[in-house]
Amino acid sequence: MLGRYILQRLLLTIPMMLGISLVLFLIYNLVQVDPLVMIVGERALDKPEIVAAAKAKWGLDRPIWEQYISYVGNMTRGDFGNSFLTKRAVATDLITFLPATVELAISSLMFAIILGIPLGILAGVKFRSLLDRVVWFVSLLNASLPPFWSGLIFLTIFYFNLGIAPGPGRLDPRMTDPVRVTGLLTVDSILSGNWAAFGSALHHLMLPTLILGGFTLALVVRVTRAAIIEEMRRDYVRTARGKGLSERNVIIHHALRNVLIPLVTILGLAFAGLLSGAVMTETVFDWPGLGQYLVKAAVNLDYPAIQGGTLLIAFIYVLINLTVDILYGILDPRVRYE
Amino acid sequence: MSSVSITASPVVTAKAKASTSAQLWKHIRKYPSFWVGLIVLVFFGLVIIFADQIAPVDPLAQNLAQRLKGPTELHIFGTDELGRDIFSRVVHGARISLPASFFVVAVSLVMGSLLGAAAGFAGGFIDEVIMRLADVTLAFPSVVLALAISAFLGPSLNNAIVAACIVLWPEYARLMRSQVIVIRSHEYVVAARSLGMREPSILLRYILPNAWTPLIIKAALDVGSIILLVSALSFLGLGVTPPAPEWGAMIALGRTKFYNWWLATFPGIAILCVIMACNLLSEGLRDWLDPNY
Repeated sequence: MLGRYILQRLLLTIPMMLGISLVLFLIYNLVQVDPLVMIVGERALDKPEIVAAAKAKWGLDRPIWEQYISYVGNMTRGDFGNSFLTKRAVATDLITFLPATVELAISSLMFAIILGIPLGILAGVKFRSLLDRVVWFVSLLNASLPPFWSGLIFLTIFYFNLGIAPGPGRLDPRMTDPVRVTGLLTVDSILSGNWAAFGSALHHLMLPTLILGGFTLALVVRVTRAAIIEEMRRDYVRTARGKGLSERNVIIHHALRNVLIPLVTILGLAFAGLLSGAVMTETVFDWPGLGQYLVKAAVNLDYPAIQGGTLLIAFIYVLINLTVDILYGILDPRVRYE
Repeated sequence: MSSVSITASPVVTAKAKASTSAQLWKHIRKYPSFWVGLIVLVFFGLVIIFADQIAPVDPLAQNLAQRLKGPTELHIFGTDELGRDIFSRVVHGARISLPASFFVVAVSLVMGSLLGAAAGFAGGFIDEVIMRLADVTLAFPSVVLALAISAFLGPSLNNAIVAACIVLWPEYARLMRSQVIVIRSHEYVVAARSLGMREPSILLRYILPNAWTPLIIKAALDVGSIILLVSALSFLGLGVTPPAPEWGAMIALGRTKFYNWWLATFPGIAILCVIMACNLLSEGLRDWLDPNY
């Protein structure tokens, strides 16, 4: 039953990705950017052999639906064309820039979950207490802060004025990057035994994590709090209390399991927030990730890079939602039978 | 008889007045978030109306002799690189961000709920087409899609508004569709249908009036989200173009100038206040209109 559910969900992503690529393809054609310029770049336009090769490869001399087919074909082979800005294949660029975003997103999510679940539980259990009000206000503030502004303010205070946080970037500029294995600087520096780089990488992650994780933290706190309030009124909690279990035991061993289900469902939403937030946070902290790559591409009208970057982010987002749906199916068997 | 009614009537109105103000007070005490949010937004509304009177100088007027001055009595929020008064620019910035955001939310609300209601009510092919289109749009994190659209259309306020509408409508469509599907199976709708009422009238008279609540709550929240989106696009150089005093674009001017902290601080506080007010208003509306929550 579960296997069939997973397979069904996996198959559904194929038309989804086709739809996404179709939308992007149509946007590019609607705004009348000459696709030839997009692929070979303005400088190579007067070289007939390059132009002819590009035309044949992307099917530009054929009707538009055939063009779409060769576009999808090239993409499934991982060919998004060449970036105007970096002069490299967009696919190579994406692989270079992705790990920085993954590292920041994972660290932000960990921050939000590790801090958010206990805070949400405390606020929910002490419903309407002073602590609940304080937690409520802090999450309201976190949900309302524009990340591109709060990042700047944090840099001004903690880097410029107090000097306790490092400046923008992923690593101390005097250090050389550890040997690239995963592209995650924290992991790579451990693998190469470079502890100074590990410390510097962690230190540089601190402020961007606070900013990017802040919004997710507000989300996690809000959902955990609402769920625990709901669960603590249920019959099974009353039974557990009636058996003489301590309140702590009731919460950790009985209520918490059921709080996890609504938390899993918001993971997709949390990731959308993280990917959107990454675009802004990475720009402020000069973080060489996908978000910054996309912004630079958009500002410089680097069409192949915008297209490739947008498609990759949409693909990641679809995969995350798929994982969330499957996890939800495993955690809550009722979902599978719908 | 007539004298009685004359003496009685003022007493009655006085009582009625007392009770309405008491009711209002009760409402304020019960839903403080709603009222705080509303008051802040009304305050910004007044700023928009009287911007010319509040702002001491023209937001575009340059005064190079006074460039990059910190907050003083003359320029309470300081001045920027071109000696423009930041307080005047923040005040006039409200005229750009808030109306743009209200417009985006209104258009998305109307368009999204019409399409969503059509999808939920008609089902079948229409439902498939509308909702698959919505799914594809929702497959992108909003800022990312808006960024790509703005890049292709070119940086301007109008294009940022178009991008924001494209990103936002599917959320309302999906919400409205699920509302319509739930309400359609309620007994009073079944009863209306069995009494021979025609489908369009059922939709207009029974389903839509009962489907609004979550959409209104979401709309209040989204006014804040769209202000964030538009100012983020402007901050990144893809929205409102200089020299317009847009809050996000003003923050961008302070990006690399840590020493001149006032450049980014004040426009950011304005964005924060508006978004927080929208969050509060939405939360208050939810407590008020949706007691089951």
